[in-house]
Amino acid sequence: MITIKKKKTAPGLKHAVEQLCHVDLSVCFQCKKCSSGCAVAKLTKIRPSEVMRRLHLDAGRELLESDLIWTCASCGTCSARCPMGIDVAAVMDALRQLAMARGASTPAGNVPLFNRAFLKTVATFGRTYELGMVAAYKLGTGKLMADTEKFPTMLKKGKLALLPPRGADRKTVGRIFKHAQQHQGPQA
Amino acid sequence: MRYAYFPGCSAESTARDMHQSTLAVARALNLELVEPKGWTCCGATAGHQTDPFLAVSLPAANLAKVQDMKLDMVVNCAACFNRMKVANHEIAADAAVRKQVGAALDRDYDGSVKVRHLLEVLLDDVGTKALARAAKSSLAGLKVACYYGCLLVRPPNILKFDDPENPTCLDRLVTALGGQSLEWPGKVECCGGGLSLSRTDVVVNLSESILDMAVQAGADCIAVSCPMCQVNLDLRQQDINKQTGKNYQIPIIYITQLIGLCLGVGPDELGFEKLMVPASRVLEKVTANPHE
Ligand code: SF4
Ligand code: SF4
Ligand code: SF4
Ligand code: SF4
Repeated sequence: MITIKKKKTAPGLKHAVEQLCHVDLSVCFQCKKCSSGCAVAKLTKIRPSEVMRRLHLDAGRELLESDLIWTCASCGTCSARCPMGIDVAAVMDALRQLAMARGASTPAGNVPLFNRAFLKTVATFGRTYELGMVAAYKLGTGKLMADTEKFPTMLKKGKLALLPPRGADRKTVGRIFKHAQQHQGPQA
Repeated sequence: MRYAYFPGCSAESTARDMHQSTLAVARALNLELVEPKGWTCCGATAGHQTDPFLAVSLPAANLAKVQDMKLDMVVNCAACFNRMKVANHEIAADAAVRKQVGAALDRDYDGSVKVRHLLEVLLDDVGTKALARAAKSSLAGLKVACYYGCLLVRPPNILKFDDPENPTCLDRLVTALGGQSLEWPGKVECCGGGLSLSRTDVVVNLSESILDMAVQAGADCIAVSCPMCQVNLDLRQQDINKQTGKNYQIPIIYITQLIGLCLGVGPDELGFEKLMVPASRVLEKVTANPHE
């Protein structure tokens, strides 16, 4: 049984999600195939089919703070197996976008910070600069030492570039990020 | 045959070995790969998790460049392949998206550039027969668990790449080169993908079960075609061992590295020394096997 504790003051997420990913939430008939194939459901408190049901019932902010959306690996199994052709993975994207835009707290790990660090290097260099991105991410998490024991080997093996990438068409990428900021959508 | 080759950012760092071996295999098979000038990041997982507009525009910047080259785009990184195809699909299907992207790129792009995975080129344009003929040594006696992961096969309606639940393209290449491709249940399971740094706990958990399935099936190595899968299974293997008390020592090898070996390219040129879990036993086996 799913009960929705909706705060009366805030509007639900249903409309916003449907706007963002063009998914018809009403056709979900709760077969739970998405959940049985979900790569990470064994690690989370809430499963994809439950997210779908709650959304259909117009759940509110609590969904933006659920552990599934920041544990989801975007593997696409849920969408591929849904008998109704619902793009469940796109719903997860929409929830993450809303969570970031509305500053919802992240229950585990820090995927939003990682994504921001990643896109920041892309906006700056036109390509991913792993060392710069890792540095920004680590400064943000405060876990400076995690994984650093691997760096010397990776550098030696040429698996980490010391210098930022060169040769990318930064002008076009710069324009894309500028346009992204102008759209009403959630931001990087 | 000429193709516009999109290397992807990891080609310059974590997946330099994939990039090197791709170029070496192409050279050996007379495939001409031309990099689009000024190519840029596809945005990867961070892009589509953050903003639907970025998710489409970042790949489109590259697709538009390739359109001017009047060539098909060939990609070896499964993640880039995925983003390129999804972007094409969304631009072609929705005029409003096409308009938005066009405004950002300062030119129209219609979503029509043909995007192909290198595996498709190897199977369809080169063909397994020609590949076997070109081989100087074979994978005979090598048990390979072919691992496809997610991004190569999902979403199936857009990617239209192989059978989404039981793909065989890697297996067909391994078999063509005399190797034994294994039946195993991990082919399209997820390794945790882009969560490697942000949710290492998830990646350790998911990747461990993939390693376990491959070992249970008796694999000598796992063949991959995605830099993220490679990093999660190879670079994270010591973390997995530390955290689970197991002792996995299974090499995670790019399919292009295996093919290159058979075509007579030296292991250094193929980037074998870059693998974290050494592939010395695989190398000994393959180089001792002349192809008949
Ligand atoms: S698989 Fe589709 S129909 Fe079934 S529960 Fe999940 S979203 Fe609903
Ligand atoms: S995309 Fe996310 S929610 Fe869907 S099956 Fe994969 S991990 Fe689960
Ligand atoms: S998927 Fe990864 S490697 Fe491919 S372009 Fe994007 S960020 Fe770079
Ligand atoms: S298997 Fe892992 S990295 Fe590879 S494509 Fe899937 S999630 Fe991505």
